[in-house]
Amino acid sequence: MTEPATVLQARGVVKVFGQHRALDDVSIDLRAGEVHALLGENGAGKSTLIKILTGAYQATEGEVLLEGQPVRFADPLQAQAAGIGTVYQEVNLLPNRSVAENLFLGHQPTRFGFVQKKVIYAKARAVLATYGLDVDVRAELGSYSVAVQQIVAIARAVELSGKVLVLDEPTASLDRNEVDRLFDIIRQLKARGLAIIFITHFLDQVFAISDRMTVLRNGKLIGTSSLKDVSPTDVVRMMLGKDLEILHPVSTAAEGASGPVMLSFDGFGKPGKVAPVTLDIHRGEVVGVAGLLGSGRTELARLMFGVDTAESGKVTMNGKEISLRSPVQAVQAGFGFCPEDRKADGIFGDLSVRENLIIALQAKLGWFKALNRDEQLEIAGRYAEALDIRAANHDMPIKLLSGGNQQKVILGRWLAIDPNFLILDEPTRGIDVGAHAEIVRTINRLREDGLGLLVISSELDEIVAYSSRVVVMRDRQMVAELHGQDISPKIIVQAIAAQHQEAAE
Amino acid sequence: MNRSLRPLAATAIIFLLCYLAAVIQFPSMLSTRVLGNFLTDNAFLGITAVGMTFVILSGGIDLSVGAVIGFTGVLIAVLISHFGMHPLAAFAVTLTIAALFGAAMGAAIHYMQVPSFIVTLAGMFLARGAASVISPDSIPINHDFYTSVSQAYLLMPGGGRLSLIGGIMVLVFVVGALVAHRTRFGSYVYALGGNTTSAALMGVPVARTTILIYTLSSFLAGLSGVIFSLYTSAGYSLAAVGVELDAIGAVVIGGTLLTGGYGFVAGTFIGVMLMGLVQTYIIFDGTLSSWWTKIVIGVLLFMFILLQRIVFAASAPRKKAFWKV
Ligand SMILES: Nc1ncnc2c1ncn2[C@@H]1O[C@H](COP(=O)(O)OP(=O)(O)OP(=O)(O)O)[C@@H](O)[C@H]1O
Ligand SMILES: [Mg+2]
Repeated sequence: MTEPATVLQARGVVKVFGQHRALDDVSIDLRAGEVHALLGENGAGKSTLIKILTGAYQATEGEVLLEGQPVRFADPLQAQAAGIGTVYQEVNLLPNRSVAENLFLGHQPTRFGFVQKKVIYAKARAVLATYGLDVDVRAELGSYSVAVQQIVAIARAVELSGKVLVLDEPTASLDRNEVDRLFDIIRQLKARGLAIIFITHFLDQVFAISDRMTVLRNGKLIGTSSLKDVSPTDVVRMMLGKDLEILHPVSTAAEGASGPVMLSFDGFGKPGKVAPVTLDIHRGEVVGVAGLLGSGRTELARLMFGVDTAESGKVTMNGKEISLRSPVQAVQAGFGFCPEDRKADGIFGDLSVRENLIIALQAKLGWFKALNRDEQLEIAGRYAEALDIRAANHDMPIKLLSGGNQQKVILGRWLAIDPNFLILDEPTRGIDVGAHAEIVRTINRLREDGLGLLVISSELDEIVAYSSRVVVMRDRQMVAELHGQDISPKIIVQAIAAQHQEAAE
Repeated sequence: MNRSLRPLAATAIIFLLCYLAAVIQFPSMLSTRVLGNFLTDNAFLGITAVGMTFVILSGGIDLSVGAVIGFTGVLIAVLISHFGMHPLAAFAVTLTIAALFGAAMGAAIHYMQVPSFIVTLAGMFLARGAASVISPDSIPINHDFYTSVSQAYLLMPGGGRLSLIGGIMVLVFVVGALVAHRTRFGSYVYALGGNTTSAALMGVPVARTTILIYTLSSFLAGLSGVIFSLYTSAGYSLAAVGVELDAIGAVVIGGTLLTGGYGFVAGTFIGVMLMGLVQTYIIFDGTLSSWWTKIVIGVLLFMFILLQRIVFAASAPRKKAFWKV
């Protein structure tokens, strides 16, 4: 059997940012009809490599070849024209434009120079239907959830990819059904002979769909191999350069171990967002929140942090009723909130890593107690070390950090205020295996320190690993509360799935 | 209703209410004659405002337009009166210069990564300075072409006159709306205003689009200069001082978000008409000082910016997605 043809290739690529060598002599080759996983820790240089392959960055040294011919893409448009479609990690498309326009921007069919809107709408509907998405394609993209936006970004890239499809963490905000659907589409494209690069931190997804993989570590090429020849342990070893002892520290918290009631939400809700929820949070307990996307998990978190104002119910903290009408009040009460959509809600892109880390603490202290520079440096250093945040220095703008490292900064920001109650919405999204285990450990440690935590996650294994109790959301209602033995992926799935049967009836 | 339509609807309603109030007080304001004068008197502002709409939609600002109007006026006057050029040839020359001037500003904004505010401020001083260097005094234009063109009109029912200049403005608005809402270029303009980084990663030709936007704005400012010169039959280096601010005002009153990405060309039309209405009302009233125009427009602007904050700052309602399971 002959080897399939190489479609896109990088040879000896070096990328230097200022003093920092983000990529050092990296080579990769993609064959027609393969799914090629690109793996590595946060900050390993994966996104940088694909940006060079697709013309968003220029290599400092080395070359890119398309079907054997050296090419120089000056910008992503040229790469698109050559048949390379890409979903970049920071997928924000254009929130101010319609779904349809986001799908076809730059490629809108025109007649006499005028865009044929009707044609675009019809095409957009047809394209999205293959992803099982039924949305109003004329509505602003920004009015839909992150998951929908992600799917639109993927659909756009697929439409543009004649030869190569590049997906940088496309599954980070998708749930299982959507991931399965995406994989079906990837398989079809693969059968059509496309070369596909797939970046993810989910190892099971790597093994489910990929043929070969390339591992980067600290900007250096560790190796490329067929996935048939390796085990997950081998992959992790290649990525980290060492063995990871416990992938999932199974230290499920006994419920009885948690302390007295700290917070109680009583009939807390907002019509149209979340049906009234009654929930007690104890000291030293982790309440896991499971449910499909759009089930109201994020809305619940926003309500509890005062981002949206509850219209019914009350909150008592240590026996005293408190008001939660704004995030400022929430912070004063010792709440922390690490949001899901970090690009939009979480980071201050142009501020430095240090400023991003201390900003919540500063907000808590108020106007007149400014942290001096030494204190700032001390705090930033402490959390950067504790969470293993990798940045060339802490004064660089956070937007230049790799995606996973940005996520760690936001987590660090809320740990810095020493909260009583911490709400984490998908805290491990986009975080590598090493740091993933670290975050799960951190959650467990915080619980032992007596914090109350509410953690939303689509990763059932993860929820099971740290939750003392699990609540299940469905159709914007809290529909189940699982304790003790019931906290297992199987039972959680059943509780979530119950809704499908009901909905089907 | 679509979020971005709300400010537009608000502007339209406010305009209608104001017009109604004015008509109740001065019934003669409801006539095609007043309407015709409306269009003629605001033609040069309207044309500039169309260009400004594109600039603001893309997230930029163009402070040079007033100066460009002044400059083109002087250049046209000199070319016709001193060099004996035919007005049409003079128009072609000045419009080309204006467009190139805009292209240069666009290139500076994109390639040197300087904020548009700074670049166009420099452009404003440059154009105004150049105009004064050519001639510090007002130059009258006496040419048969001018007399015939500035008197050309279309009789509307009711005895009103749609002058040629008014007609040109309406045409510019129609073409502007088509370009903004119906062409790829238009979608790129909105894309830049939405998120420049995303736009670049999506393959929007950022450099070309930026340069074209400022070329268009300066070209339309030049055209405004032509209209202004037809309207006044003279060229003066200090003409149209502050028109850039009136144009920005009209665009914002018309419902376009100052930070870019949302808005409509038609909104700007209503914005211009609303400003014209205020002026006409004050003239009809006769007792009020014309400075009241500025005050009323200031209040209107403030109201609209407030309105936009309410509409846009409230977090976007997340629609529920329906999955076919
Ligand atoms: N524009 C830039 N300027 C300076 N440094 C940068 C820039 N872009 C990336 N870097 C640095 O290059 C390194 C590699 O980043 P990259 O985004 O490629 O990581 P990654 O492998 O995609 O990580 P993740 O899994 O977290 O997304 C990081 O240390 C990052 O801080
Ligand atoms: Mg990345």
